[in-house]
Amino acid sequence: MSLVFAGVCSHAPGITGRAKLADPALRDELYANYGRLRKRIEATEPDALIVVAAEHFANFFMNNMPAYCMGMAEQYEGPIEDEEWLAIKRRSIPGNPDLSQRLIRSVMEDTDLAYAEEWKFDHGIMVPLSFLTPRYDLPVIPVNINCQGPPLTPLHRAWRFGRALRRACDDQPERIALIGTGGLSHWPATPDSGVINEAWDHEFLDRFLNNRKDELLSYTDEETFRDAGQGGFEIRTFISVAGAAEGATGELLFYAPIPIFAVGCTVAVMNL
Amino acid sequence: MSLYYVQKLLYQLNRDPHTQQRYRDDFEGLLSDYELDGEEREAIRDGDIGLLYVMGVNGQILMHYSALIGQEWHEYIQSMKDGVKQHGPVRGGLYTLLEERDP
Repeated sequence: MSLVFAGVCSHAPGITGRAKLADPALRDELYANYGRLRKRIEATEPDALIVVAAEHFANFFMNNMPAYCMGMAEQYEGPIEDEEWLAIKRRSIPGNPDLSQRLIRSVMEDTDLAYAEEWKFDHGIMVPLSFLTPRYDLPVIPVNINCQGPPLTPLHRAWRFGRALRRACDDQPERIALIGTGGLSHWPATPDSGVINEAWDHEFLDRFLNNRKDELLSYTDEETFRDAGQGGFEIRTFISVAGAAEGATGELLFYAPIPIFAVGCTVAVMNL
Repeated sequence: MSLYYVQKLLYQLNRDPHTQQRYRDDFEGLLSDYELDGEEREAIRDGDIGLLYVMGVNGQILMHYSALIGQEWHEYIQSMKDGVKQHGPVRGGLYTLLEERDP
């Protein structure tokens, strides 16, 4: 088995960019749990890290929007945002184009996806990497699921994509770690920024951590938009990880609503 | 109303150093490359975050433009709230989704 790790975490830009505005004790507890996640990943000795993200108009726009895209570059650059705004220095991040090609070919047997040999990482990937691979020495393979510009891929496709990704990983000799990164309920970058539907988040996490597929896939986009905001569409990243970890349950390391970060900050690991 | 091109201009401005250079050196020439109406050109000329939000520009695009023109986070949030007060509810884009589907 070469998928050696699967987990999820939040990626909101405020987590690094507005760190000074948060309750220090809560912020530090979140940071400590990113540290626990990093140690759990490192313990599996991965050769590469796949990050399934929901990017925010950094590389993909409505002129040609892929539902799914995987990076296939030698190296990537990030963050695309202003370095001071995000409080993360711009740098290059190593990729693994050979492994990317093999994964893409394998996933395509089941699910169509685009590929990209150029990719500027936005906060959706850089915030997690700043905690999980702070030396940026682990090759990263980025994946994007369009969660911003409807029409969006249906949830059952996100699940199936995750399952195809798992099979693709298991066919490779490398040890591969997988992180899904997105928000649960949130209304980021709008006047409602900071609103968090904690009850909705807990219900979603209960379904996710117990990997109850039918319940995870039962949300309609109308319900999600109403109860969890447009940011809630990012549950597709979590659902793809649940698909990759089919049959396994998860362990919640941290959840707390932190309004200045505009999201219920979440860190969890699937027990593969 | 050409929300697509307003967003496209801001998307390219956010990510492309060449577009940022033109924003500083050839602002009117940059605007003329996009199919914008008068109100849209004015909103971008004025850095009117509130009106751009009401037009329907996605916040993930708008918040970076806000940072580019030097707004602090709380100013950005307040600008959108003021925009809705001044110009009425959001007219297009993702944030009208619920009203469109469930009138």
